[in-house]
Amino acid sequence: MLYFSKFRIISVILISLFFILIASSNLFKFENNLLNKKINLGLDLQGGSYLLLEIDNNPVIEQKIQNFSITIRNYFKDKNIRIKNLKILGQKLSFSVDENFKQTILDTFNDEESELNPYYPRFKSHQLDITEENNIFFVNYSTQGIVKLKTSSQDQALEIVRRRIDEIGTNEPNILKRGNDRILVELPGLDDPMRIKSLLGKTANLTFRFVTNNDQDSFGAEKLSYEDESEEDALVSKRIILSGDNLLDAQPRMDSETNETVVTFTLDRVGAKRFGKATSTGIGKQLAIVLDGKIISAPVIRDTIASGSGQISGGFTFQSATDLALLLRSGALPAPLNIIEERTVGPDLGQDSINAGMIALAIGFVLVIVFIFVKYKIFGLITNITLILNLFLLIGILTIFEATLTLPGIAGIILTVGMAVDANVLIFERIKEELKNEKNNLIAFDSGYTKSRTAILDANITTLLAAIILFFMGSGPIKGFSLTLGIGIFTTLFSVYFIARLLTVLYVYRNKEKEGLI
Amino acid sequence: MIAFNKYYNQFNILSISLVVISLFLLTFKGLNFGIDFKGGTLIELRSTDSKINVSSLRDNLNSMNLGDVSVKNFGNETDFLIKFEINNNKNIIEEIKSNLDKSFGNTFDFRRVENVGPKVSAELLKSGVIAIAVALTLMLIYIWIRFEWQFSLGAILALFHDVLVTLGLFSLLGLEINLSIIAAVLTIVGYSMNDTVVIFDRVRENLRKYSDIKIYDLTNISINETLSRTLITSITTLLALLSIFFFGGEILKGFSLAMIFGVIFGTYSSIYIANTVLVRLRVSQKTVLREDESN
Repeated sequence: MLYFSKFRIISVILISLFFILIASSNLFKFENNLLNKKINLGLDLQGGSYLLLEIDNNPVIEQKIQNFSITIRNYFKDKNIRIKNLKILGQKLSFSVDENFKQTILDTFNDEESELNPYYPRFKSHQLDITEENNIFFVNYSTQGIVKLKTSSQDQALEIVRRRIDEIGTNEPNILKRGNDRILVELPGLDDPMRIKSLLGKTANLTFRFVTNNDQDSFGAEKLSYEDESEEDALVSKRIILSGDNLLDAQPRMDSETNETVVTFTLDRVGAKRFGKATSTGIGKQLAIVLDGKIISAPVIRDTIASGSGQISGGFTFQSATDLALLLRSGALPAPLNIIEERTVGPDLGQDSINAGMIALAIGFVLVIVFIFVKYKIFGLITNITLILNLFLLIGILTIFEATLTLPGIAGIILTVGMAVDANVLIFERIKEELKNEKNNLIAFDSGYTKSRTAILDANITTLLAAIILFFMGSGPIKGFSLTLGIGIFTTLFSVYFIARLLTVLYVYRNKEKEGLI
Repeated sequence: MIAFNKYYNQFNILSISLVVISLFLLTFKGLNFGIDFKGGTLIELRSTDSKINVSSLRDNLNSMNLGDVSVKNFGNETDFLIKFEINNNKNIIEEIKSNLDKSFGNTFDFRRVENVGPKVSAELLKSGVIAIAVALTLMLIYIWIRFEWQFSLGAILALFHDVLVTLGLFSLLGLEINLSIIAAVLTIVGYSMNDTVVIFDRVRENLRKYSDIKIYDLTNISINETLSRTLITSITTLLALLSIFFFGGEILKGFSLAMIFGVIFGTYSSIYIANTVLVRLRVSQKTVLREDESN
């Protein structure tokens, strides 16, 4: 029916005013908290970096398998079973036992109460899978075991990444999990992502180990090169005296004696004890400070250090010392991180995009408005008022939800402007047709609205379907497009059926008798 | 009344040829995938020195062994877009920066850097294809619920036509396919459907109303009745898109161009493909009445 109650008229006016107010809060500052909302600008508009990091869990799995080889030997030793031919084959372990122990081994591995091989009742799976082939056992991580391991290394990595980024002090970073081995980092307003990239790319695994000169070191030894390649490669024992875990604090400092930039560190109690012991027994030896498999420096121990603090020198610049201290403070990553996707937009390009988007919106808007006005005159005016209010509604809703506006998002708004008139056009064209056979303006308008309804709904549902799919499948900026396009459909329907219809009704009632109304 | 139906045959032949040519182009020439789907690095540079041009920049970058480097102007003379394939060097951006600074002085502003690894690009391509497939399927289901099967077939053929011909045109012109093109294609799917549905709605209404008009003329009546709406909506949508194309900045050019093609094809196909399918399937009043009874 072409009838609006007073209550509905007032509601429509109030809703429109409310959204105008909300939408304009993007331009002005309001004291009120409810109104003090703003649309967030996407990274492509305000500038910033989007980094997708992938955790390389292979070294972790290999390390765990290596550790397990020791665990398993000790575990069965206590049960008087000798593990023979223990071999580590990358992410697998192989061994054999005497024939009569075979069943015990299998039972131990498949026991749901097993200490050696944790059972996950929820997934009905053990951590490790065991298989037997030609009297040789093979042990490797089960699918569930890998999932658990990935999840836990992701949790740890996320924490470390967060600490490192917080230390640098960028504003409002967004750090999120993606899948079970990825971390998404969004850094708005970051001008130079190089430093963060290099900081996130480092595992920062710090160890203190003695330099040996014999291959027969009981823990094994490995040849490591120097970070700055200033000296020949050195043979370093695999025995770890201290690791980054023992560090309480690390700071860059200028050594007043040598005028060199160094990193000073403080150890926790366990670390201090071990460091004291190592430095007292190892006077005259070289203690290598190894970071991610490279020697930073290998000073000769001259004195026992019992204070639990020390310093690392290694030809640092102040920047590199600051970064190393930061890495040491925030801790080592459980596994190396690779940047598999990066998108960085400089702030001036972002501003250019905003300007271009706004100009395109303004021009598109004016073109559509002029065209519609020329085409429909008074009803064009109604459509245009609706269109303007529609824009306020759309921006208002984006503001209330503090949604993220991207450049494609602006395109979505402009496209909404172009397509929003469709509903009104469908109605007006239908009314025109109705008026050919119907002399009563009111009846013609009423049936115009009724008969065009299914077409309008169909038309909008199809676009909405496309927008929904985009929202769920798309990433970053594209999501922004689907968001504005999708919300635009709802605001369009509201503005057409409430605002435009209200204005139409008011006009038609005043001109009931007029011929050629549209 | 315009006699659209006079040209049904001619335009059907045209459309079939366009689709065949497009398929041919897509198979043999292929699409020009951007780094989103191929992997690689993209750098947008702005120079403060107007003497630097594409070839001097290209010569400089070619000396860095980046593999296949493409350098072109982006929007204006002092903006450049550099693209190269996947590179394992993690510090490549830094090295390019210092190399450019060495050769040209500190004249470059790195406005945008995008780097997509092989794994991510493969995933993006896959999800893009899935998105389009899901969209087409959902449209199919929707139209199948809403209309009789003859109508569904017409609408879906029109959709495939629009998507294929738009992609074919992109292949022909060698325009880059990136994430935003997928967004454009999906929107085209929505728009084309929208346009078809409005005309179909009228066809069905007229089928119920007139029992003595053959579908050949009935489609023509329906097209004409909805024609001014079809045109006005296409025009306003095109006005909005042209505004994005000309004023929305370089980044949105490909997206808006794809949409412009799509809207034109979408408008055309709802008249000349969707409706001709109804004619060829001899849809009659019985078709819609049978459906009404079964409901």
